[in-house]
Amino acid sequence: MGYVLDKEGLNRTLDALSEDFLLYAPVRKVGEGRFTDVDVVRYDFVRSVDDIELDAKSDYSFKEILTPLSQTLFYFTEDEVHEAGGLGAPGSPAGTADDRPVIVFLRACDLHAVRRLDQMYLGNGPTDTFYARIRDRVRFALLGCDHAFASCFCLDMGTNVAPEGWLFSLDRAGEGFACSVADDALAPAFAANAQGEKDVTPAHVTENEVHVRVPSKVPNSIYKDPLWDEYDSRCIECGRCCIVCPTCTCFTMQDVFYTDNGRVGERRRVQASCMIDGYTDVAGGASYRKKAGERMRFKVLHKVWDFRQRFGYDMCVGCGRCDDVCPEYISFAAIVNKLTDACECEEAKDE
Amino acid sequence: MSSQTVQSNPYVPFPSRVLEVVRHTKKEYTFRMAFSGDVRPGQFFEVSVPKFGEAPISVSGIVPGESVDLTIRRVGRVTNEMFDTYAGQTLLLRGPYGNGFDVSRYVDGECVVVAGGTGVSPVRGVIEALAQSATPADKHVIVGFRSPDDMLFRKDLERWDKALDLTLTVDGAPEGYAGNVGLVTKYIPDLPLRDPSTAQAVVVGPPPMMHFTVLGLLSRGFAEKNIWVSQERKMCCGLGKCGHCRIGEKYVCLDGPVFNYTESKDMLD
Repeated sequence: MGYVLDKEGLNRTLDALSEDFLLYAPVRKVGEGRFTDVDVVRYDFVRSVDDIELDAKSDYSFKEILTPLSQTLFYFTEDEVHEAGGLGAPGSPAGTADDRPVIVFLRACDLHAVRRLDQMYLGNGPTDTFYARIRDRVRFALLGCDHAFASCFCLDMGTNVAPEGWLFSLDRAGEGFACSVADDALAPAFAANAQGEKDVTPAHVTENEVHVRVPSKVPNSIYKDPLWDEYDSRCIECGRCCIVCPTCTCFTMQDVFYTDNGRVGERRRVQASCMIDGYTDVAGGASYRKKAGERMRFKVLHKVWDFRQRFGYDMCVGCGRCDDVCPEYISFAAIVNKLTDACECEEAKDE
Repeated sequence: MSSQTVQSNPYVPFPSRVLEVVRHTKKEYTFRMAFSGDVRPGQFFEVSVPKFGEAPISVSGIVPGESVDLTIRRVGRVTNEMFDTYAGQTLLLRGPYGNGFDVSRYVDGECVVVAGGTGVSPVRGVIEALAQSATPADKHVIVGFRSPDDMLFRKDLERWDKALDLTLTVDGAPEGYAGNVGLVTKYIPDLPLRDPSTAQAVVVGPPPMMHFTVLGLLSRGFAEKNIWVSQERKMCCGLGKCGHCRIGEKYVCLDGPVFNYTESKDMLD
């Protein structure tokens, strides 16, 4: 069922939803970007549509709700181990955590990314209890895309149309908004505040400026191909590409302690990046992939090859955030195309 | 909304009592830990030292239903802290993780084990099984350490030397050292094998040592499918989640750490 709403109507609807849900959406943080007078669009909890940035791509993805930058897993007291509690609204003190389910507003590519996160945390080895606990509480609302943003390449990754699994969609329609409501239980909240009913199809991208071709076969010789060499000097191994990526899932375990005289402390996991020093360090000082180019190869192949070999579909969803955030203007899309060209060149040689 | 399902949390470590601590060298101790579950040589545990962290440690000995041995080299934050742990105290463990060695594969026919340094730990159980097999004369073990001072499992080495064909070597030694000096690869051409094409081989050690050992075995006529290696990587979770141990499409913690060479030769870092 679709509804047309003006801003006041939509806000009344969001108010009604807030009785039962927390709302988590992209928010423009004015002046909080990397440089003076530059904004950043990050996810945060919202109450009204005025809080939501509908017209720009978020610089950081929604994934922090499912895989927080830093997540406490255990508290240690002497010889006892206590499991940390679940997710609360920001700032809620321990024990009073808000346990309402969360509706996450995201775009089609990001909803495809959720499948990748689920694959890793729920479908690769045993179920990750901490992830599952939050995931159980997360629902989705789809933000329509009536055009592609710069650097998006969702069409080529097959992620421009949202998969099922969203409760309702939200698009601008003239001065107001159009919502398609897939979840019947939520329909009354929309119907009560709508200007009218109408068939609504969420907008999706039909054209990208950026195009990628993923490799259909990666020969072993690619690992030593000179195409990676330029990144030895261009890439500064800052790992921002991984932190903004909606499909990167790596983390590192980290213990901290509160006092120096007892065994009191906590175990956390913090987001990690295969681009950053220390990622592969093993006890005794050995490490693998010391050069930036090797790390770039490891990351890129995971996104468009290795993950597919394991799970049958590509990891990258084509959101282009890595290209937007890179301080060295390295284009992931360009690397993928170079990689595919090099693979095809190798294949031609073999024939 | 779905209710919170009560399920066992794989990240929760369990306390295990230290039954015995064996000092091999100044830097390497074996901790005998109480453990009654199923475990195979080559598998590993995540050992927790709260407030310092976790480290993946391979199983170097098993007393079924009673204990597992964890041989630890003092090289990092976690292992440093472990050395202050003594018999009677407890350590927190998770595991065992990984596939481990299928020992039954090696006990019947000809078999060669080549292990370097702490790489002896994961294959100690394999060598033990070879020593007790019906055909110990067909079992050849080459063990290498950096120096005489770095030797692990001295008592075991003495026992194994009597039971099977053991070559013990060190990379370098002070003058006057009576034993073998040289890399493990030096001894591969002279292994007295009846039929290398059907013999099994197990190779564990630092990456360059494994690389050149496998090359040596292949040139002796070993079949790729009969060579088994164990990979060491940073394994933060042991559960296929943290990503640190991934090589290509493989997760060392889930799919390994023991790999057949036909697989591992295509696993490029």
